[in-house]
Amino acid sequence: MNTATETGAIALTPEQVFDSKVDQEIRIEPRDWMPDKYRQTLVRQISQHAHSEIVGMLPEGNWITRAPSLRRKATLIAKVQDEAGHGLYLYSAAETLGTSRTEMIEQLHNGKAKYSSIFNYPTISWADMGAIGWLVDGAAIMNQVPLCRTSYGPYARAMVRICKEESFHQRQGFEILLTLSRGTEAQRHMCQDSINRWWWPSVMMFGPSDDASPHTAQSMKWKIKRFTNDELRQKFVDICAEQVKLLGMTLPDPLLNWNEVRQHYDFGPINWEEFWSVISGNGPCNKERLDARVKAHEEGEWVRQAANAYAKKHRQ
Amino acid sequence: MVKYLYGDYGDREQVKAGSGEVTLGSADWPLWEVFIRSKQGLDHKHVGSLHAADAQMAIENARDVYTRRQEGVSIWVVESKHVHASNPDEAESLYDPANDKIYRHPTFYNLPDELTHM
Amino acid sequence: MNFEFLYTLHLADNALILGHRNSEWTGHGPILEQDIAISNIALDLIGQARNFYQYAATLYNGNKPELNGLIKAPAFQQVTGEIDEDDLAYLRDANEFYNCLLVEQSRGDWAKTILRQFLFSSYQQLLFSRLEGSADTTLSAIAEKSLKEITYHVRWSGEWVIRLGDGTEESRERMINAIDALWKYTGELFLSAPYEEEMARRGGGFAPESLKEEWLKKITATLEQATLPIPKEGWIQQGGKQGIHTEQLGFLLAEMQYLQRTYPNSEW
Repeated sequence: MNTATETGAIALTPEQVFDSKVDQEIRIEPRDWMPDKYRQTLVRQISQHAHSEIVGMLPEGNWITRAPSLRRKATLIAKVQDEAGHGLYLYSAAETLGTSRTEMIEQLHNGKAKYSSIFNYPTISWADMGAIGWLVDGAAIMNQVPLCRTSYGPYARAMVRICKEESFHQRQGFEILLTLSRGTEAQRHMCQDSINRWWWPSVMMFGPSDDASPHTAQSMKWKIKRFTNDELRQKFVDICAEQVKLLGMTLPDPLLNWNEVRQHYDFGPINWEEFWSVISGNGPCNKERLDARVKAHEEGEWVRQAANAYAKKHRQ
Repeated sequence: MVKYLYGDYGDREQVKAGSGEVTLGSADWPLWEVFIRSKQGLDHKHVGSLHAADAQMAIENARDVYTRRQEGVSIWVVESKHVHASNPDEAESLYDPANDKIYRHPTFYNLPDELTHM
Repeated sequence: MNFEFLYTLHLADNALILGHRNSEWTGHGPILEQDIAISNIALDLIGQARNFYQYAATLYNGNKPELNGLIKAPAFQQVTGEIDEDDLAYLRDANEFYNCLLVEQSRGDWAKTILRQFLFSSYQQLLFSRLEGSADTTLSAIAEKSLKEITYHVRWSGEWVIRLGDGTEESRERMINAIDALWKYTGELFLSAPYEEEMARRGGGFAPESLKEEWLKKITATLEQATLPIPKEGWIQQGGKQGIHTEQLGFLLAEMQYLQRTYPNSEW
């Protein structure tokens, strides 16, 4: 409600100030007034994103000790390490909203917080390092680039940093597949098999269809999200359908077809049953991933305690 | 041990009654703000935060995390609880008065185009 | 030529095997920040290893008739044409690796990883500062480049040794266990293998015996600051530098080399 001040000027309510900033593309900063729901939505989204980066280190980390050349080994370590960095930037951004990393990690470990379901699929061949880079990181980038303009300042700044580093990930992934696609028969088979397994989970990464996505409208209004799930998904399919030709491989979708009228690729129906099932814990590796995170955290507890104890003893 | 959250002292609803403090467990490391001079001649700029048990560790982490090993940079870290921030509600009184002192801004002065190096 | 070649392989193997061990932490570190730190060290070491292997490959390709007999692993023998860094890393058998035993030991807990890093990096720092003056310009250049990284590894791991030694009861106990587990492998660092002796004679390498005192001084000072007991001279476990390893290395190589071995003659 507006109130007249002594000078007769109209003072705006905090909510109006907030709305007008968002409308004018002025970033919201940590100490600015913001609606509770906005804060909650952000904490949920940013922490999920952070958890995805951290859990996402595991399926690729699997192959660090088995990488087939020294160059691949080094780039894979660098990539997984980047993901740790991205998780860290994002946890930092979420912490500016008043939720500590400890709380967020607890929520991950006790199963309350979600992370991207894609990481519940197993990495069973070296080609999966390529497919993850190309498809999974490709899908992630498509989601992330618009977030560089998201309305919350610390989140947007973290995303700028992340996007700068992500393009290296996608390129290294595609290069792995390209090398396999030009290799022996066995390698070509490895490559196609991996694309077959990662394609649909990647398409699902954009989340439920717009008509089944309850949060989208409000998030669009607040400019936390900038495109709908279906818009981004279509863009992803269009790009990959062309790129796969460079590999001489195919995407596992018999209905994939260029539509002259829409100027987009049509694609087959998504298996939403699988999507919801993996989200609710029935993916091939849900338990392994979470167990690995919990184990690392618990085994690290004495280390973190020791460093604190030492710092306390020697603080002046 | 207590922990202060960056930009969140005093009045935030998640934070315990007015204190701006969150209890820190024995295995939780405090939060540090990181400032980096990316190049000689530039100011230090706030780049983000991280958790570390002590200042030395915070500087080393900042180097690993935020500079990815580039040399010739300078890093400042400060424990987040030591950052005092202005209240955005007072922003008008803090910053608006300067708005009418436009002579402080270089574009106030109309100078001939031929004048260079200024 | 075979001394240069073996000496370079020894330096490369030390770096690769320790880098590999450290990379086992990636994704499993005690906290995100330290996960990143240990991965960085792994990357530095693998980078050093690549430089040495590339040099070793050049030596090999230029002196094939002389060096051909030194690597008998069938997978390696089947390589046609010039060899490269990956052939050296992925196709040699365990008894053709010349790393010291210290670096191949399992990563253990954070205390063991930290202590091993400190013991090894301190040694590497002393050795490489001598190698900078090597008559072999390639070795000297690699040493110079690596020293910047190593100086940081020594500082980082040394600080952690002190934190853990002087931290909690538990961390102190774990450090003492780590010392017990690793100390017997440190003596080998300072016993010259034939290729080290020969390289020292020629001015291309450095015999490590004379580094021991300085190394011990550094380690002792840090352990004292960490309030940890200084281990006494004891039994020295050795052999790695001449290709006789602990059981650990075979498992490490089986994992590391499996793709190259299963799909011979493939590009990756």
